[in-house]
Amino acid sequence: MHDFLTSGLQGFGPLLAQGTWMTVKLALLSLALSLALGLIGASAKLSRSRLLRLPATLYTTLIRSVPDLVLILLIFYSMQIWLNDLTEALGWDYVEIDPFGAGVITLGFIYGAYFTENFRGAILSVPVGQLEAATAYGLSRAQRFRLVLFPQLMRFALPGLGNNWLVLLKSTALVSIIGLADLVKAAQNAGKSTNDVLFFLCLAGLVYLAITTLSNRLLKHLERRYNIGIKELAR
Amino acid sequence: MTATALPLTTFEQAPKAHAHTGATKLSVEGLHKHYGEHQVLKGVSLQARKGDVISLIGASGSGKSTFLRCINFLEKPNAGSITLDGQTLDLSKGTPPAAQLQNLRTRLAMVFQHFNLWSHLTVLENICLAPRKVLGISAGEAEARARKYLDKVGLPARAADQYPAFLSGGQQQRVAIARALAMEPEIILFDEPTSALDPELVGEVLKVIQTLAEEGRTMLMVTHEMGFARQVSSQVLFLHQGLVEESGSAEILDRPQSERLRQFLSNRLK
Repeated sequence: MHDFLTSGLQGFGPLLAQGTWMTVKLALLSLALSLALGLIGASAKLSRSRLLRLPATLYTTLIRSVPDLVLILLIFYSMQIWLNDLTEALGWDYVEIDPFGAGVITLGFIYGAYFTENFRGAILSVPVGQLEAATAYGLSRAQRFRLVLFPQLMRFALPGLGNNWLVLLKSTALVSIIGLADLVKAAQNAGKSTNDVLFFLCLAGLVYLAITTLSNRLLKHLERRYNIGIKELAR
Repeated sequence: MTATALPLTTFEQAPKAHAHTGATKLSVEGLHKHYGEHQVLKGVSLQARKGDVISLIGASGSGKSTFLRCINFLEKPNAGSITLDGQTLDLSKGTPPAAQLQNLRTRLAMVFQHFNLWSHLTVLENICLAPRKVLGISAGEAEARARKYLDKVGLPARAADQYPAFLSGGQQQRVAIARALAMEPEIILFDEPTSALDPELVGEVLKVIQTLAEEGRTMLMVTHEMGFARQVSSQVLFLHQGLVEESGSAEILDRPQSERLRQFLSNRLK
């Protein structure tokens, strides 16, 4: 296997492996960020306070209505411009945004909007009596969330989360345009150098397929876990 | 048919063993609740001594469930006061601080119409959750308590590892009662505990509640089971449009003084 990676694939094995690792890292970190943003966004959207609802609604509406590519370009380049203005105003040295960090933040920010809607629907699906009982028995707000709401909303959220995760994973390909050497970029480079673009792109496709297959198995497992206690209706 | 001929449930007429010790346990004074312009409770008061079983009856919309829910702040009351064991909460001052609210809630355990057992937890976990996380007792102690009260409500030991969805309504409500008992509360609040049950399952739940009444537990119960209310109550409050229209011993169910209660009781038989 080691030999194949280093000398096989016409010598592009290591490059592709690095690209794959970059894609996986980028996708997982963006997922973590967007899940956190999604939970915060959903709580804000369901809050009684208009002051919280309004920005959350603005966030989901704007982000979901603009193409990912436009947002990536916008956020990445405008962040750099803002930062330049800031460092200049403060008389500091020029700071360049790290493309990886920018990629994670951008993707996390975009998908946070989708996860917000995802979680909002899931929270609304949890029967209100479940939380009422938790309140009546003296559980604190944090305990209600951790011990009752979260384990129950996951059942409703998982199908949508799985879907959004797959879309997020594939969106990582877009970050190659801001200079990150992800799987697609690596495949393109290898293809150009060897004049065998088709082969390397197909290979990249297979790697994505492998990751999504693995994700689906994990999701199935999670679904089983969060469906515990639910009586399946006779079909 | 007249109100005096209400059908009794099938329980033997047990002597009402109310161990009144005289001291007022819970006192609610002039409780008000409104939703916007709509006045739901217009000053409802109640005194419960230790061992009292107080039934709240009335037509739907009379405010009886809202009253019960206001007592542990599932609904926020707007005015009045609640005194539990000498400690008074002034309700016009809004929601009390979190610690005080939690203290109140742990001393008043609630049994809901739709059971509201946590569906992702087993019976045992349902009963142990609040004692462990809110009262802070050890896992072992909580489990011992849970098993004791499961036995008390007449559920077999093997039910402990079941999930609520796999139990009948009557069994679920008995688990919910065990969950309330495991808090070892001073007062248990029952919000129409049998209204969501199939008729043939009502008896098993009422029997458990009757046992608790005979033990001298202090309970407030919103109910539509007039026969049962007559049997176990030391006090009956009849609510009408957000006010106590008539109150007294269970006698008032046989000899209502007000026209409204008379009407209410006879309507229930049609």
